[in-house]
Amino acid sequence: MISIDTLTKSFGKFTALKNISLQMQAGQAISLLGPNGSGKTTLIKSILGLVIPEKGTITINGHVVKTDWNYRAQIGYMPQIGRYPENMTIEQVISMIKELRKDVKRYDEELIEGFGLDRIKTKTMRNLSGGTRQKVSACLAFLFSPDIYILDEPTAGLDPVSSELLKEKMLKERSAGKLILITSHVLSDLEGIASHIIYLQDGDLMFYKSVEELQIATGEEKLNKVVAEVIKKSIPQTAVNP
Amino acid sequence: MKTIVKYVLLDLFRNRIILVYSLILAVLSISLLGLDNNPTKGLLSLLNVSLLFVPIITILFATIYFFNSVEFTELLLSQPIKRNTVLLSQYIGVSFSLATAYGLGVGLPLLFLVSGTASLILVITGILLTLVFCSLALLIFVSFKDKTKGIGIAIAAALFFSLLFDGLLLAFIYSFSDYPIDQAVIAILALNPIDLGRVLMLLQLDTSALMGYSGALFKKFLGSAAGSIFSIICMFFWVFVPLLLSVRIFKKKDL
Repeated sequence: MISIDTLTKSFGKFTALKNISLQMQAGQAISLLGPNGSGKTTLIKSILGLVIPEKGTITINGHVVKTDWNYRAQIGYMPQIGRYPENMTIEQVISMIKELRKDVKRYDEELIEGFGLDRIKTKTMRNLSGGTRQKVSACLAFLFSPDIYILDEPTAGLDPVSSELLKEKMLKERSAGKLILITSHVLSDLEGIASHIIYLQDGDLMFYKSVEELQIATGEEKLNKVVAEVIKKSIPQTAVNP
Repeated sequence: MKTIVKYVLLDLFRNRIILVYSLILAVLSISLLGLDNNPTKGLLSLLNVSLLFVPIITILFATIYFFNSVEFTELLLSQPIKRNTVLLSQYIGVSFSLATAYGLGVGLPLLFLVSGTASLILVITGILLTLVFCSLALLIFVSFKDKTKGIGIAIAAALFFSLLFDGLLLAFIYSFSDYPIDQAVIAILALNPIDLGRVLMLLQLDTSALMGYSGALFKKFLGSAAGSIFSIICMFFWVFVPLLLSVRIFKKKDL
């Protein structure tokens, strides 16, 4: 579904992504991991066309990202920080996005009801807490049932109940054959959701493997232990063979 | 494009700063026009107030607004919409709401107190200046990534056009006063939108004593009508050149 070929991007002297090549398929839930500044957000933004790559191409279901902006109809994006025009109400934000997408007639409003946003829809964005704004972002990402979800730290500001609700929704979409790409530092939140793990460090792709493969290789069950184990092993290796 | 403009306007017309800006302009207009029985003097004071405040408030408000809506812009761009559409819709939203604030704040009192061509020209001047400085704000927004830096440049730009430019022009006129520099001065004046606005208004008022050097030059070389058309065309250049540049830069900008 998403195919990335030798993607390179630098900001001034700093290289954020170095020669990344990846293939992502439908039905996968890929967890994008890496320390701060490792290029996760740059990778996501390149896929969305917000960052313009220096080298390499990204193709989404046959559409080349650079030239064909219509491919974004297939992506639901939930940003890390959701900031909206201050004086708009929740209702207005949602109806604006709906009006922008006249091509879609059926809406997935499960999350809007689940989060109880329909009860506070006349509140302005200025008066919402960070978590509630996060909920609005989540609702917008799932609104049009796209084929690809890109979620940047989706559970970071959410309360346990809402976080659980969002996780259930992600699982449901994954079993419906959608591709989900998640970045998160809270590995326990990805337990049972992630099927694959991509690990980035300093703009390099360290590994891209399925969770089962990693579980067998490390002999650990829990996702956070698996990842900790793999990182411990893989870092000295690359130090020897750069 | 219509949808985004509609919702940006929905947001901005409830913005307190815009409301306060419009109110202050209204209070200023009423008090300045009421001070003197001579409407021309009142219009001139109002012109000076507009030339001083409209550029700096417009460029500051617009720059801050554009930088604050970066995340919102990203969200819009994650939808299947062209980059140009998003940027231009935001420009139209911001400039339209600021122009409306000026139009209502100054236009309404003028309509009731001194309606006439001169008043109309004053409102047009203010609206054109609003459009120009919104364009410059947009150019600043697309050229810098850092908000603080952007706001700094915006203040510097407003001060340059409202204060420094005239100082430099005076120095130029003073040091070359032995040469025939009249036409050169007209050309240089076209480089400052605020001066263009002032000339446009002064050509209307026909108070030669108050016109100053630049107004007199315009009248001498171009006559009232040609001078007005010349300055309006120059103002439109000041709107569209930064706007087109912004669109070009934004196409390649990393968000």
